[in-house]
Amino acid sequence: MEIRSGFFLKTYFYRIIFKETFTPQPMELEKFSYDNKIVKAFIIATVVFGLVGMLVGLTAAIQLFYPVFNFDLQYTTFGRIRPLHTNAIIFAFVGNAMFAGIYYSMQRLLKTRMFSDMLSWIHFWGWQLIILAAAISLPLGYTTSKEYAELEWPIDIAITIIWVVFGWNMIGTILRRREKHMYVAIWFYIATFVTVAVLHIVNSFAIPVSFMKSYSWYAGVQDALVQWWYGHNAVAFFLTTPFLGLMYYFLPKAANRPVYSYRLSIVHFWSLIFIYIWAGPHHLLYSTLPDWAQSLGTVFSIMLIAPSWGGMLNGLFTLRGAWDRVREDPVLKFMVVAVTAYGMATLEGPLLSLKEVNAIAHFTDWIVAHVHVGGLGWNGFLIFGILYWVVPRMWGTSLYSTKLANVHFWIGTLGIIFYALPMYISGVVQSLMWKEFNAEGFLVYKNFLETTVQILPMHMLRAIGGGLYLTGAIIMTYNLIKTAFAGSFIANEPAEAAPLVKTETSSGGGWHHVLESKPIMFSVLTLIAILIGGIVEMVPAFLIKSNVPTITEVKPYTPLELHGRDIYIREGCVGCHSQLVRPFRSEVERYDPLGGEYSKSGEYVYDHPFLWGSKRTGPDLQRLGGKYNDLWHYNHMRYPDVVSTGSIMPAYPWLYEQKIDLSQTAPKIKALRRIGVPYEEGYEAIANEHLKIQARRISENLELELQGEGVDPELEIVALIAYLQRLGMDIKASKTAENK
Amino acid sequence: MYKSVLQGIDNIAIWPIISLSIFFIFFVLLLWWVFTVDKKFIKRMENLPFDQADKTIDQQTLTNQSL
Repeated sequence: MEIRSGFFLKTYFYRIIFKETFTPQPMELEKFSYDNKIVKAFIIATVVFGLVGMLVGLTAAIQLFYPVFNFDLQYTTFGRIRPLHTNAIIFAFVGNAMFAGIYYSMQRLLKTRMFSDMLSWIHFWGWQLIILAAAISLPLGYTTSKEYAELEWPIDIAITIIWVVFGWNMIGTILRRREKHMYVAIWFYIATFVTVAVLHIVNSFAIPVSFMKSYSWYAGVQDALVQWWYGHNAVAFFLTTPFLGLMYYFLPKAANRPVYSYRLSIVHFWSLIFIYIWAGPHHLLYSTLPDWAQSLGTVFSIMLIAPSWGGMLNGLFTLRGAWDRVREDPVLKFMVVAVTAYGMATLEGPLLSLKEVNAIAHFTDWIVAHVHVGGLGWNGFLIFGILYWVVPRMWGTSLYSTKLANVHFWIGTLGIIFYALPMYISGVVQSLMWKEFNAEGFLVYKNFLETTVQILPMHMLRAIGGGLYLTGAIIMTYNLIKTAFAGSFIANEPAEAAPLVKTETSSGGGWHHVLESKPIMFSVLTLIAILIGGIVEMVPAFLIKSNVPTITEVKPYTPLELHGRDIYIREGCVGCHSQLVRPFRSEVERYDPLGGEYSKSGEYVYDHPFLWGSKRTGPDLQRLGGKYNDLWHYNHMRYPDVVSTGSIMPAYPWLYEQKIDLSQTAPKIKALRRIGVPYEEGYEAIANEHLKIQARRISENLELELQGEGVDPELEIVALIAYLQRLGMDIKASKTAENK
Repeated sequence: MYKSVLQGIDNIAIWPIISLSIFFIFFVLLLWWVFTVDKKFIKRMENLPFDQADKTIDQQTLTNQSL
């Protein structure tokens, strides 16, 4: 009975949904070749940008205990090179590696050359130009400040176009394949393409102010929700799904045995893409995001353990009976550590999504450790393993030195340990110091700086870890170059396979079986799977007013404050300073001892973009206004370590030389009004007058205290002070109004 | 809490029900398929990364059998 109903359902699904499918014609073999040249180009880009990205990361790491390592240059200051590092690693190193792996494996799994060589090369050069644009624009301070989506709108449009080219080439290749069924790796590639497209477009909605300047379409808590829906899923669908696809191809190839359980890989795929998309709000626990959305993020994060570990175990068990080879083969060593790191990071992620753990870990170095276990361990080591496997094959030779590869493995592993362990210790130590009260009920470490100074030795150790990891990568580069020179590059690898012809007969095997032969249908289902989570979380947060209670006293920024806020964004202050006081006694006591207010959604309604941040290397700034006088800020931004002894904040001498661009005031006001900030019609015409009055007030105030030193009111520092002094003043005003 | 937040949208209650139904039906079908699918098909799929996949299993035979 059961078998009959099974057969009936299978046939039913097939007949209803799919009228025709492909069947192979085994007799006639077609000759063709695999394009190795495009893979080679992406590999070179991977290695070059990997070294650059790691070097920038190491520089940033050193600046965190030795601030003058920015050479007092604005282009190399921490706030600007941190996004350069993250973008270089994610999109240049990991991105290029992903494309190299996909182009190599996809051709072989589908038994065809890529759909179009021209599209492949447009994709390659387009992507490299985007990286170049990022490498120039980020140090220049052009940033949206939204993490991992910092690039400004013209580059965002270029990314969209190039991504479509990649997808077009991929889907085209799938459609003209010679293998009827799509191996599980291909599903992961499709999910990557579809989801990253959706994420990028939705999160990048912005209103342009000028060339290379825009404001996020969304404000405050809504912007935060969209950003972390994006941010979390960028990790999921840029750093994870494509690499799971690569794991499912390259690990069996390297181990020379099929994946442990193909059945498990099917469940792994669907459950992972279904669940991952919901978990974004775990980045916003204890924020002003409605509780229901936070809880949803936590629940789905816990659920994620199952598919993630399913995938990890599937990878590790693939080596059953071949563990002796792991001892000798560096490729397998790298892959084993990569998959293990994936398992650790995907257990840690859900644990960090528990509010109790998050309360300690969030905003600290713990998160930095967590992402680097994923980045250095999972992505980095899988990439190294793949490169060591693929380069000798593409050059028709064997690896130049297995010994050097083993050295790389051990130096890299030590690098990860030296990176992660100090960061875990540093995170927990600093967090506990932030929260410690004495018997009288006062904060023990009232001065935030005490907690920073305490963890500096850990920052030094972390830099050593990063240095070791980079050294390993340099050794690999040498080894791969020597390998390539020893062999002869096979640009077009000959292959042969039977063509597929369309027939009206079923291949059988049920609905999923048929699905795998229908790439477009497969892509649409993937799209539906990932859209459900996003829609259910976002629509209520946008449509229901009660989710963002307004505060009457919260007013739009003045023109001068707006300029100041844009300088704050340009300098990447958000990289070290949060603007989110969580509802903990320790935070309210530290950041708003007089008002006693934690953050409210209504405070952020005009914040395009939101600036909550994700890391506190310095203190939270949401209630900074009025805490110090203008002169303190003036001196502090110029000589931070003099004003606060031991501070690791860099100096910003250029703010005392550069002037704000008054011609941009009107376009800024107009752009913000279009996305809902209530500046009156025509205000842009008089905005600069208001700006000058406020600026003069601050500069005169400064001149008075500086006793003779002139301060030009149009200097950037004046605008920044105006903004810093505005922070948190609205909620203080509302409190005063309540008292009256 | 969850309900009170969402009730501002007309017929909002149907959303999570539809989502849950899609989840449930999809995964039941998926698991059912995974556990009942032809072993030869699985064998062939897991061997796809290997060049000898075509040679080891006759595609035509597989197609006929799984029908």
